[in-house]
Parts: sequence; structure tokens; C-alpha cells
Amino acid sequence: MGENLPRVPGGARLRCDTLGRPVQTLRVKMVLLGGSGVGKSTLAQRFVKDEFRMTTPTVGCAYLTRVVHLSNVSLRFEIWDTAGQEKYHSVTPLYYRGAHAALLVYDISKRETFIRAQVWLKELEKHYIEGSTVVWLVGNKGDLEEDRQVSVQEGQGLANDRGLFFIETSALSGDQVSNLLIDVAHRVYECTGAQQGGLSEWQEAPLGDLHHRDTSSLMTSCCKVGP
Amino acid sequence: MERDNHQEGEAQGVKISDPPSVNNPPGDNLATSLSLLGNHMFPDVAERNDGASISKEETPVSLCSDVTAEQQSLDAELHSNQVTKLETEETENSECFNDVCTQQSDGGSEGAATDNDQSDSGEFVVTMLAKAKLEEQGIGVKGRSSPLLEAGTQESPAFMSHRDEDVTAESWRQHRKHVFVLSEAGKPIYSRYGSEEALSSTMGVMMALVSFVQSGDNIIRSVYSEEHTVVFLQKGPLVLVCVSSSRQSERQLRGELLYVYYQIISMLTQASISRIFEHKKNYDLRRLLAGSEKILDGLLNLVDSDPSFLLAAVHCLPLASSLRDSLSQILQKAITPNLVFSILIANNQLLTIVQEKTVIEDTRLEPADVHLLLNLIGASSAFQAGEIWTPICLPLFNPDCYFYAYISYLDPPECTVCLLLLSTDKEAFYAVAECKRKIEEAMVAQNSLSLIAKVQSYSVSQVGVSDLRHFMYKPFDVPDNYRQLTQFTSPEMEAPYSSEEEKMRLLDLYRYMHSRIHSTSRPLKLIYHVAERETLLAWVTSKFELYTCFSPLVTKACAITAITKLLRWIKKEEDRLFIRYPPKYSTTPNPSKSSRGGKSDQQDATDNGFLSLL
Ligand SMILES: Nc1nc2c(ncn2[C@@H]2O[C@H](COP(=O)(O)OP(=O)(O)OP(=O)(O)O)[C@@H](O)[C@H]2O)c(=O)[nH]1
Ligand SMILES: [Mg+2]
Repeated sequence: MGENLPRVPGGARLRCDTLGRPVQTLRVKMVLLGGSGVGKSTLAQRFVKDEFRMTTPTVGCAYLTRVVHLSNVSLRFEIWDTAGQEKYHSVTPLYYRGAHAALLVYDISKRETFIRAQVWLKELEKHYIEGSTVVWLVGNKGDLEEDRQVSVQEGQGLANDRGLFFIETSALSGDQVSNLLIDVAHRVYECTGAQQGGLSEWQEAPLGDLHHRDTSSLMTSCCKVGP
Repeated sequence: MERDNHQEGEAQGVKISDPPSVNNPPGDNLATSLSLLGNHMFPDVAERNDGASISKEETPVSLCSDVTAEQQSLDAELHSNQVTKLETEETENSECFNDVCTQQSDGGSEGAATDNDQSDSGEFVVTMLAKAKLEEQGIGVKGRSSPLLEAGTQESPAFMSHRDEDVTAESWRQHRKHVFVLSEAGKPIYSRYGSEEALSSTMGVMMALVSFVQSGDNIIRSVYSEEHTVVFLQKGPLVLVCVSSSRQSERQLRGELLYVYYQIISMLTQASISRIFEHKKNYDLRRLLAGSEKILDGLLNLVDSDPSFLLAAVHCLPLASSLRDSLSQILQKAITPNLVFSILIANNQLLTIVQEKTVIEDTRLEPADVHLLLNLIGASSAFQAGEIWTPICLPLFNPDCYFYAYISYLDPPECTVCLLLLSTDKEAFYAVAECKRKIEEAMVAQNSLSLIAKVQSYSVSQVGVSDLRHFMYKPFDVPDNYRQLTQFTSPEMEAPYSSEEEKMRLLDLYRYMHSRIHSTSRPLKLIYHVAERETLLAWVTSKFELYTCFSPLVTKACAITAITKLLRWIKKEEDRLFIRYPPKYSTTPNPSKSSRGGKSDQQDATDNGFLSLL
């Protein structure tokens, strides 16, 4: 893919790989699913800005973007941070349809959120997985070790059974959060990126500089990690 | 006798209701009428003698009839009209908050009620509620009904507000205004203070009251005690109750309950609520409202602190008309099919609003719908992160359908300027987000954000009338030929109304004036009210509604001159103070009117899957 000369209309984000070849930017749709209060929005904040902020329950769905640079490609993550509240469940398919990556988030200190994550999994499997969605089981609030209700083994076990990737994170401390994003980036790129029609190329809108939010200082944190 | 005075006052009021004009300054009319009326014409009525009198009476008057008609003794036969007023069909027109609730003034009870009756009935309710509370303590221990719900409320301390309050504590009882929402089956749905769960038996008692009266083919509307007014509102399968120690009128309180109802509808739609309860009478609606308590809490705080709700009008930010026009044009140019409203908000006030032509052909956006939207945005910091795409219902526009709202701040990280785009197409996210890029781009090109940042509300001193401290002016239809959003204008509240307590006190005075003006039994056109620390004058004509607050030393003559000047000033500043010509666009070549349309559309749009949860 890197062979084709990429079009980067904005110009400003022209990036080259280690051999000096310009790098393509591909779009990745990632959806965050899980019960209310498990920390989806807090994780999303970490992904996008690497900061911890107090949140209120999400209304409907929040759309955020973040570009992750791999050694030979840039992935523009379009993150759909859904609302865990029950009243929005009926509209959630609107948001997870066509996702390349899905994070099923639960709170390790709340067993029922683990059960809720499995309900989401069933729903995902029913409709949209078809081998084209990379699914992660994410046990969040890893910092609440003393209140733990779901053991690491249990989480890992479920993931193994259902063919999911598994990780425990803390959106509060930031532990494992950027690792997760980089892992997702690699997996998505491996699974779908190289396929024909897998990921579409990101066409930057004419006003490039308005999107500076998209490209926060990620180069330093994750561009070194290569496949 | 005092009654005659009032009638004369009203008659005069009618005469002075000519529209203000430069040639015929309204103050002259006002002056004549006030001097004709003399000193005793606008007596102040202390509706309840609970000591905390806010007013120095010009003429002390006994309880006025609209109050006494409502004083009912509860321990009298509950099923008779003594207790309840027969509810005459609420006029479900678009002006729900202004509805003239045509109460039956029951001739028999008018003037017959005494203070004793009043406190008896109050004591009754208070006793009942207190009893319920004793039971609560027991329930608090054993009544851990649903572990999931328990977990739900504990889930995130950050989401909690007053939920964890001890409902048996005296401080709980001291709250100025309680609001409860329950289902017809008596299930608690929402309580402003304290957890619904801890209050379940109190709510049970309330529901018992409601259904007991209902069994006599009546509808309970209100109960008065010395210190509290209890107002009931039944809407579909929901019962809303307000227990207030504020001195507001029953009608005002009922209007506030309606806002609460509509905010719930805005999240769930009326159709799905009725369908849910049709299928399962004792459904626990908290499942669907979980996480939205903050939005209802926020609404009730706004209702108490923002006169927009009282006036049922929106407050737009004063803006040079050239700037407002340029913003409107920017919105007008960034369109996509099925976009119906584009709204620009700064600091929770409207900058401009552009509407789709065909969808709103036969209707207009109601202030209440705008209030609900503004509250949703204000109550949720969630909007500050990224772009939001969410279903939302505008209950007065159509209580059964969802719009899809795109919400995004244009000036992160400050997050003061917010763009709200409403579409009827749930799939339109990317198209609508593209509109935002266009808007953002145009605003950068025109430097709009920094111009908006400089905009402020105005000071009353700009009017140039020394004794005038504050006012609220609500014109009816500006300009006449545009059926448009009802608006009002009001300056910043400045000293002596800078503290929260003083602001609230002034608002309470306004609410009192408003209740007198809009009294169902004896509406007034003009009230001159000399209170302890200020003098107020309220005036309603066919063209406007005006509330003014003066320093206590103002003379009537001064007040009249001041109002003349004020009206002239408003006329001059009109273009800046109001959104004068709300612009329109056309985005729907083949108008589906889906959010307004026929039954089949509605069925589709309301099939939001809630039923699958049952
Ligand atoms: N201790 C701890 N708290 C966390 C962590 N992540 C999030 N929280 C807290 O959990 C609460 C809920 O977080 P949100 O990110 O808003 O939860 P959400 O999953 O987005 O909830 P909905 O939007 O309602 O679906 C907040 O008070 C966060 O501060 C974490 O890793 N550790
Ligand atoms: Mg969230």
C-alpha cells in the first residue's frame, strides 16, 4: 500500500515512513460498547487526548477522532463512544454497524457489567461480526483491585472461548490504554487494512488546519511500534 | 368593596393597553390610569400569612377568591368537589405553558374556606407524608428490592447529586421545592432530592391519594397547607407531584411539572412511554431514565433560576444585527437534506436559529422545546467531548417522534459556542458533520468566534433610568407579520441582586407579579407593588408583557416616566435584543414531514425497541 503514492490534499500531514516514502492515512471505525459507567468515555478521552476528565453519562453517542501512526501507515480512528444507558440501546446498532473494531468494556469491580458485556457480544455476533470486526474485551478500572469482582482469569477465559482479544486497563491512571490502542491499530491493519476494500482512505477536508485536534502528539507515543 | 376596586383596576388596565409608539408614549396612558386609580387600586395580597411576608401592603386584603377557591379541606368527603376541582380538558394546543386552565370556580366553596380549613388539609397531607416516612425507615433496611438497581445507583459516584440524601432528615423536608414522578402503579420514577427507592412509600401514599380521588371520578389537582402547596399533574401513565414552599401559584407549579414531563418525553417519546405501560403496568421506568437524573435536576434548577421558563419565552443574546445576520447566513448555507433546524448557542443563550421552510410551514418552534434542548446541553458536559449524535424528541413539536441531533462545540477547549443541528434522518451523521465543517470554516473566515466572544448581556444602566434596577420585557410577535419563537429580553441582574439569594428573591417577586397578572379567576393588566426593598410594576397589553423593578423610593410618577423611556429604548434597540427575522432554508426537496407526519410514519419512528426490553 505504501508503494502507491498517497494523496494527502492538506499537505500538512504528509508523513514519510523510515525509507522516506509518503504514508497513507486509512479510516478505522471503532466502537465502544458496554454498560453505563464502565468508563467508555473516560477511555475515549485517554485515546484522544491522553488525559483524565470527569464525565457525565453520554447522550446518544459521541464521535471522536485520533490518528495513530504505524511505521508504514497512518490510521485515523473514528471512535464511536456509545451511551451505556438502557434507553439508548435501541439506537446503538446505528453506531456499531460496519465497525472495524469493537471494544466491549466492563468494569472489573462490577460483575453485572461483565454480564452486560456478554449481552453486547451476543448482539454483535448476531449481526455484524462476520470476521470483519476485531473485538476486544476490555476490563476497565483495573486500579480498583481491592473491589475486584471479575478476575483476570475469568475475563481472559471468556475472551479465549469467544475468540476475542483481552486486556485490562485503567482509564483513571492511563495504564495499558495506549497499548490497547496500538494493539487495535495493528490488528485492524493486519486483518482488514491490507484487504481489498478493507479500509478506505481518509480524504482530508480542504481546511486542514482545523483538524489539528485529530493529530495530537501521537508520533512520540506510538509511531515507533511497528509490526 | 375591595373587589370593586379590582374590577375598576382591570377596566382601566384594558384602556391602557394601547401599543406603545413614539407618538403616543405609553407612559402617558399609564400615568393617567395610575393617577385615576389612586393609591388603593393595586392592593397587594398576602396570599398566605406565613410570616415571611415579602411585601408592604398598600391595602391589606383578605384572601382573594382564586386562592380560597382552592382551599379545600381534605378530611371532608374526599370524593366531593370540595377536595378537587373537576379538571376541564387541558387545552392541548401548542401554547401548553400558557394554557388557560379553565377551572370551575365552585361557587359554594368560594370565600367559604377559612384559614383553618387550609391548615387542616395541609396537616393531613403532611401527616400522611410523615407517616409514610416512618415506614420508610423500615423499608430502607429490608427493602433492597433489586440488586441491579442498587448497583445502578452506586455505579458512579460522580453521577450522583442529591440521590444519597437522607430522606428522614429535617434538612430533606426543608427543601423549597420537591418534585416527584411516579407511575400510575405507584412506582417511583424520579425524586429531586433523596433516592426514589427510599421514597417509595411516600410516593405510594401520593398515588393512593391520586387514585382515591380518581375513584370518585375526579382528578386531584392541588392541596394547600400553611407552608406548602402540593400540586398534582397526571400525564398519560405518569403522575407528577410538586411539594413547594415557594409562594408560587398552582398554575406556575403545574407549568413546571409540565416541563419535567416534557423533558422525560424528550428522551423517551410519549408514544413509547404509553406503549411500555400498556404492556406492563408496573414497569420500572427508572431503567430507561437511569443516568438522566442530572438532566431533570438541571431542569429544575433552571426552572427556579431562569425566568425563561416562567415567561415561556426564549432569551437570546443581544447581538449587533449585522453579526447576527452573518451568522444566520453561515447556517443557511451549510445544509443537507432532511436538516430542519440549525441553532447556534453561546453560554446557553441563543445566537441565532434557522429553520427548514416546509417542515415548519404550519407550526413554529416552541420556546419550551428550545428550553429543553438548552437544558440538555447545559446539563451534560458529555457534549464537550467530540461530536454528539443522538435521538431527541421535541415534545411540543411532536411528542411521538425523534429528531437526530448533532451537537458540537465550536470553540474547544473553552466550549462556550455550541452548534446544534437537527435532522429527521438518523443516518445523516456524516452529512450533518460536514455541515459543521462548512460552518466552522465560514466562521473562521469571518472571524465570528472572536466577535461572539466579545458579546455580553447588557446592563440596565444602558437604559439610562436611574431608579430602574431590572426588567423583563416579552413582546408578542415581533415583528407582527412573523409567526415566530416567543422571546423576551432582560438585562443582567446587578447589585443589589448579585448574590444568589437576592436574585432568587427578585425572581420570587416576579413570579408573584406574574401569578397575579395571570390569575385564572381575576387576571390583572397592571400591578404596582410596593415591597419592602423595591417597588415593582407589571403591565400586560396586547403587544407585550413587562415586569419592572425599581428602587423602593421611586414615586409612581417616576416609574411611569421610566417605563416610557424604557419602552422607547427597547424599540430603538429591538434589532439587537431580538432575533427579528428568523431565517429559513429549504433542505427537503420532497418534504417528508416525517417528524410531524401521519400515523404510519410515527409508528415507524417510535419503534425504538424499548418494547424488546420488557
Ligand atoms: N477508578 C476508576 N474510575 C474510572 C475509570 N474509568 C472511568 N472511571 C470513572 O467511572 C465513571 C464513569 O465513567 P464514564 O467514562 O463516563 O462511563 P461511560 O462508560 O462512558 O458511561 P455512559 O456514557 O453512561 O455509557 C466516571 O466517574 C469515571 O471517572 C477507571 O479506570 N478507574
Ligand atoms: Mg460515556
